[in-house]
Amino acid sequence: MSYWTIFGGAGAVVLGAALLVGPDWDLPPVDTEQIGYRGTGMFVSRDIEKQAELREANIAPPAPWEADPEGERADDIYENVQVLGHLSDDQFNQFMAAITEWVSPEEGCTYCHSDDGNFAWDGLYTKVVSRRMIQMTQAINEDWASHVGNVGVTCYTCHQGNNIPENVWWFDDDPEAARGALGYRAGQNVVGEFVGRTSMPQNALADYLLGDKEIRVHSNTALPTGENTATTKETEGTWALMMHMSESLGANCMACHNSRAFNEWDESPPQRVTAWHGIRMTRAMNNDYMVGLTPIFPENRLGPEGDVLKVGCSTCHNGVQKPLYGVSMLQDYVDALATKTSSGVPDYESFVPGETEVLAPAEDQQSSLMLPDPTSASKETRVAAQ
Amino acid sequence: MEYQNIFTQIQVRGPLEAGVELPRGNDERTGKPFFNWLAGWFGNAQIGPIYLGFLGTASLITGTVWFVMVGFNMLASVGWDPLQFIRQLFWLALEPPPAKYGLSLFVPLNEGGWYLIASAFLLVSVLLWWARVYTRARQLGLGTHVAWAFAAAIWLFLVLGLFRPILMGSWAEAVPYGIFPHLDWTAALSIRYGNLYYNPFHALSIVFLYGSVLLFAMHGATILAVTRYGGERELEQITDRGTASERAALFWRWTMGFNATMESVHRWAWWFAVLTPITGGIGILLTGTVVDNWYLWGIKHGIVAPLPDLWPGVVDPAMGGSGQ
Repeated sequence: MSYWTIFGGAGAVVLGAALLVGPDWDLPPVDTEQIGYRGTGMFVSRDIEKQAELREANIAPPAPWEADPEGERADDIYENVQVLGHLSDDQFNQFMAAITEWVSPEEGCTYCHSDDGNFAWDGLYTKVVSRRMIQMTQAINEDWASHVGNVGVTCYTCHQGNNIPENVWWFDDDPEAARGALGYRAGQNVVGEFVGRTSMPQNALADYLLGDKEIRVHSNTALPTGENTATTKETEGTWALMMHMSESLGANCMACHNSRAFNEWDESPPQRVTAWHGIRMTRAMNNDYMVGLTPIFPENRLGPEGDVLKVGCSTCHNGVQKPLYGVSMLQDYVDALATKTSSGVPDYESFVPGETEVLAPAEDQQSSLMLPDPTSASKETRVAAQ
Repeated sequence: MEYQNIFTQIQVRGPLEAGVELPRGNDERTGKPFFNWLAGWFGNAQIGPIYLGFLGTASLITGTVWFVMVGFNMLASVGWDPLQFIRQLFWLALEPPPAKYGLSLFVPLNEGGWYLIASAFLLVSVLLWWARVYTRARQLGLGTHVAWAFAAAIWLFLVLGLFRPILMGSWAEAVPYGIFPHLDWTAALSIRYGNLYYNPFHALSIVFLYGSVLLFAMHGATILAVTRYGGERELEQITDRGTASERAALFWRWTMGFNATMESVHRWAWWFAVLTPITGGIGILLTGTVVDNWYLWGIKHGIVAPLPDLWPGVVDPAMGGSGQ
């Protein structure tokens, strides 16, 4: 046997081993549950290996104590309480104790509050952000029952003990293409971290969960009429969004679609309607809440392109179809989070870290109706969108 | 007994053979031939000499130009980082121009211009190789069946990269040159046009593809099964059947009532193979040009199985006037 045969054989063995061991395969067996008519392939499938891990990672913690709704109101006792002043003293403190465990269990109160005991001080950006995030949570629970139902959300749904929720997204241009006349990749054709690690458009989430690019690419007529100009490339954008959703929920296409006709609502499971509202809810969260906060975040809390970290489906879902397996933590914090209280927005541009005493809205103006920002989120208009 | 094995057990080696004399005007065959034991496992143990000639050389050069253009654009797309190039190789691609350029030939280099140039080289390379296959067959006094089978594959290639983009009015419809990207493109095309499953030419193409596989397995198995009677000498047995042919024919006639002959089985195989890309190419050519949603086309023509409405409450939420 000649040497090249030996080397070639050894190379093939090494490559084969690398392919087997290297990637994070979803190994069989996969658990499948029939959800549709027999013989139509309508199954929801789950990777059995990952279930135990997901169960453990998505447990709703109990409330620190049961709060007494009676007694003096928080805004009568404390200064500069802008959105939670309607709570009783006990409810207020219970919620503060809970939010510390949810968002900054290691840093404690001083993650958001001054360490000199002046809890009213707004000089830390984290406090200003969390106030806005409480407003967002209230808005989700009141306005977006179409997606969150009666279960609702709390800070923990996304934060799960982390300062920053584990699953967020940003404008991703990594790895940067060479400058010059070579290397055109049309915003795709690399490992797209936010689109299920596919080679599809890596900033698809910016198009659909920040911008309101048309998601539907199908024609509603059998023959061409010239009206639908969507190309195969646009379809890849839509598909990239769908891969993000699939990875976020640990669900396959058939959880929402009959794959024989992805666009037909008549043949779709009802989960598709919930997801439809979820896309719009996420878009509104990013446009009405996240983008506006951009000026007050320090650089290390922004994405590599200087954009605010944004919400996707995985931010709440964390790999499971119903966040926290459908356990409603909201029930313990109904007064704090179930309805909108003050929805005013301060001027975040005026925030000076360490100096701002109180950052309050000029008047009790209503926040926008959480309608999507019509600005397209292509790279050219990204700056304008912020 | 050696022939009863599904792997080749013995290697028959004669003296190294240069091949028949070539007609005037042909180049010399190049390379000193040698025996290779591993090659003998899979085919003839003799490697070379090879006939390159003008067509082969020009085809290899233009093909290499295409390959290098694609490779360097891939490398540049990850900022000339060799580690990323290796790590993400299967994800990388040279992308066709965006739709806004239509069928323009004057596209900026870094917005699909390289794709058009590379595609022109690939087209020339493939066509030259076809001409080479044709002329080599002629020079050896063979029929041109291989060339026409190759032409069937080139038809599909031309439909995907040239004919359909022209009919659709945009180079953006062409297929990206990359491993995963071309697979994503394939699936996205099916999704965009309402599921190619309901495209009858796609269905025919699959019939011929799977049919080719079945025929290949049946024929290969039959011949291996009768090699102990000399059945591998198929072509002689077209005219002089002998016991191997008789037994093979009887086997199929007894098991399924009908048998191909030593000659006809090769016509079956050739037509099945050739019809796979021909019908597939027709199916692709009709997609987006003549039919925009194959599922709805299937409903119109009664080929979609109706399903019971399991979720009657589900309606398009955008129908409520709340926009897309």
